[in-house]
Amino acid sequence: MKISFTINNNKVTLDVDPSMRLLDVIRNELHLTGTKEGCGEGECGACTVLVKGEPVNSCLTPIINVADRDVMTIEGLRETKEYRIIADAFADRGGSQCGFCTPGMILVTYALLKKNPHPSEEEIRFALSGNLCRCTGYQAIIDAVKVASEKGIKL
Amino acid sequence: MKKFDTSVTKVDNEEKMAGLAIFTGDIRMDNAYFAINVRSEKAHAKLKGIEVPKLPKNYYFISAKDIVKENVVNIIASDWPVFADKKVNYIGETIGLIIGPDKEKCIDLSKQVKGIYEDLEPVFDMRNSYVHKEFTKGDVSLFKDAAKVFSEEFTTGYQEQIYLEPQAMLMYLENDQIVVKASMQCPFYIHKAICRTLGVTEDKVRVIQPAVGGAFGGKEHYPSLMAAQLATAIVKIKKPIKMFFDRREDITYTTKRHPSKTEISAYMDKKDNIIGVKIHVGIDGGAYIGCSMVVLSRALIAATNTYTFPNVAISGDAYCTNKVPSAAFRGFGSPQSIFAMELFINHLADYLKVDRMALRMKYLVKTNDVTSTSGIFRDPIILEPLIEKAMEMSDYKRKVKLYSKPGSLRGIGLSMFLHGCGFTGSGESDLIKAKLRIKKDKNGIVTFYTSQVDFGQGNRTTLKRIVVDTLGIPEDHVIYGAPDTNETLSTGPTAASRTIIIVGGLAAKAAQHLKAIWKDGEEQEIVEPYVGPSYIKWDEATMQGDAYPGYAWGVNVVEVSVNPITYEATVEGCWSTYDVGHAIDERILLGQADGGLAQALGWAYLEKEVAEDGMFKQKALADYAIPTSMDLPPMETEIIDNPFKYGAFGAKGAGELTFVGGAPAFALALEQAIKHKVHNIPATPEYIMELMNHED
Ligand code: FES
Ligand code: FES
Repeated sequence: MKISFTINNNKVTLDVDPSMRLLDVIRNELHLTGTKEGCGEGECGACTVLVKGEPVNSCLTPIINVADRDVMTIEGLRETKEYRIIADAFADRGGSQCGFCTPGMILVTYALLKKNPHPSEEEIRFALSGNLCRCTGYQAIIDAVKVASEKGIKL
Repeated sequence: MKKFDTSVTKVDNEEKMAGLAIFTGDIRMDNAYFAINVRSEKAHAKLKGIEVPKLPKNYYFISAKDIVKENVVNIIASDWPVFADKKVNYIGETIGLIIGPDKEKCIDLSKQVKGIYEDLEPVFDMRNSYVHKEFTKGDVSLFKDAAKVFSEEFTTGYQEQIYLEPQAMLMYLENDQIVVKASMQCPFYIHKAICRTLGVTEDKVRVIQPAVGGAFGGKEHYPSLMAAQLATAIVKIKKPIKMFFDRREDITYTTKRHPSKTEISAYMDKKDNIIGVKIHVGIDGGAYIGCSMVVLSRALIAATNTYTFPNVAISGDAYCTNKVPSAAFRGFGSPQSIFAMELFINHLADYLKVDRMALRMKYLVKTNDVTSTSGIFRDPIILEPLIEKAMEMSDYKRKVKLYSKPGSLRGIGLSMFLHGCGFTGSGESDLIKAKLRIKKDKNGIVTFYTSQVDFGQGNRTTLKRIVVDTLGIPEDHVIYGAPDTNETLSTGPTAASRTIIIVGGLAAKAAQHLKAIWKDGEEQEIVEPYVGPSYIKWDEATMQGDAYPGYAWGVNVVEVSVNPITYEATVEGCWSTYDVGHAIDERILLGQADGGLAQALGWAYLEKEVAEDGMFKQKALADYAIPTSMDLPPMETEIIDNPFKYGAFGAKGAGELTFVGGAPAFALALEQAIKHKVHNIPATPEYIMELMNHED
């Protein structure tokens, strides 16, 4: 079946099984490997992408669900100036260790700050709670979100 | 928020944040075949045969019959077969691989492969010891004159790794070599494992490290098994092969932290002075020994923790059970025995009716004390300032009084602990024999190589910085890449908290030598061998002498509240102080501190993994919960400088230390909150309920 959607501001049309996981389309068809698979069951958030600006687990999303929608992966976000601010904040606080969770964490941070530019610590913890990190203990990531928020990015 | 004056930008930051870092699964190789494990359904049985369906063209079944030279995985004990042969010893043991071009087809075929079994009696509890160790210090015959004896028993559970990237390996043939790219910790372990099972020379194998998504010990030995299996296949099939685990396969069948049971007795004279302690640590090693004897060693050496007792009898066993083998995991045995000792000494104080902290301070280890293995703690010990600082940060003294009131449902606990850095005893000089190569080209560009893998700890940044600072040249004049066994000499495994203390020291020395002979415009190269401090004398057979080249120290304070309706514990605060010698990069160090403590707290109360009839009940992240951002409170950490003579810029190890104290600090806090003694972890709501409804 032919399915069209926008990925990182580029329109694509693919002939794929409509039940195919968005994650597989992104990684195997479009060869965008910044989106990771940590569990395949909606539990870890490594596969996070933004669909219409909202974080979703691409491992649980059939490709048909994003037909005619906007999908953003880390490859798209990294071209923006907001990314630079968030990435610098992550670097400043040490928010990335092994890096496997990091693209997902950065996308979630972007989505959060866009909606809520000055979140409280609790709101940050809540927003990140679907994204597991086994390396950092979260503190550095939370501090990074605060730093990005303080930089006052008008997202 | 703290400013990191001592920190530099991590060399791999940008590629990781931007999603540009290439992990094994990101490497594009469209013609690669897939390898799917066919696993034993039996915990213990004779394997009388294997029925394989008729395989379509380009599909293969690879098993013990295809072994080229030796059916053994090169791990410390050579007892784990590459493929089960004639016998299976745990549910999930690989009896063969189905390999072919289409993954779904491989999975389908793998389900049609049938092992023919004859059941044997499985053993799941700790009764069959396959490694026993014991040693004493002082005169243990004095124990029989004791006026009082106090004994207790403690248990700890399994822990699953949950590195965020599951196990992954890609193997292909290139330039007459077998090339491996994998999520790994120890490139040369994989290299050796392939050479050994195939009986080929070292030049026939090349191991290259891509980005690694977390490891913690779980990628120290397991990838050697995968590599030996794939190598057996590739010499026959001659096609690139991928073996990628999904999370379920990773949780169910890869190595875990050893469950433990520790018994401790203290012997007191008439004045309640401790004559000595007797400790037995039992660990569940699973079906094969693998590295369990070394885990046991570390557990035993650490068993008296930060206390000096005049007379000590320590023994331990690793037990063979028909379950997935247990293996390396951050801390490597010492978290288990230190958990027991930290609780025990507090309980002993209650038994003797003395103040808990006073008893601990009375026996606190001091510089030049004799260790449990009759070595000496030579380097200055600064535990007292570490304890004081942690108490001050956490407001411990006030809170410990406040929460002691009945019904407080809140508690605070303080643990102190140590971690020996590097391999046990003279292992660094005798077994590992690290060699580091550093060279400079005509333009003054310096390249150096180590076999250390950066799986998030930041060692690519720290090791580079050691060389840059020693040479005093600009950062972009130094090139330090990921390990590739064609270029790199082995500087040993990325394990045992040895990277900074041992390899860092070696890198600094090599750079100093290069600096001393530096000639502009010339190509120069140095191979620097590791030379250990000469005072280290160790006898592995008797477990006597100096167990480690150096020790790192820490204090954790954890505050806990308990919900009396749900019996759930919540961690309300964490404060830590550490002596890691000198922290070369504070930001990297704090990352280790937070991450290690978070894992330890998970082990203490959230992460429950149990096997029933040899099968793990928790198979997915949905039923094996690790801490999320909502489970943890803000963490505060302070580092007290205490430069170590033999480390680069005074640094000791830190990666494992930060795991060791979380569980006992949590358990001590929980005890205070519920006014009942804790002996077992994980302290799940069921366990807390049981304790609270039970009269002590
Ligand atoms: S891979 Fe999608 S949530 Fe884990
Ligand atoms: S940095 Fe490794 S999982 Fe988050």
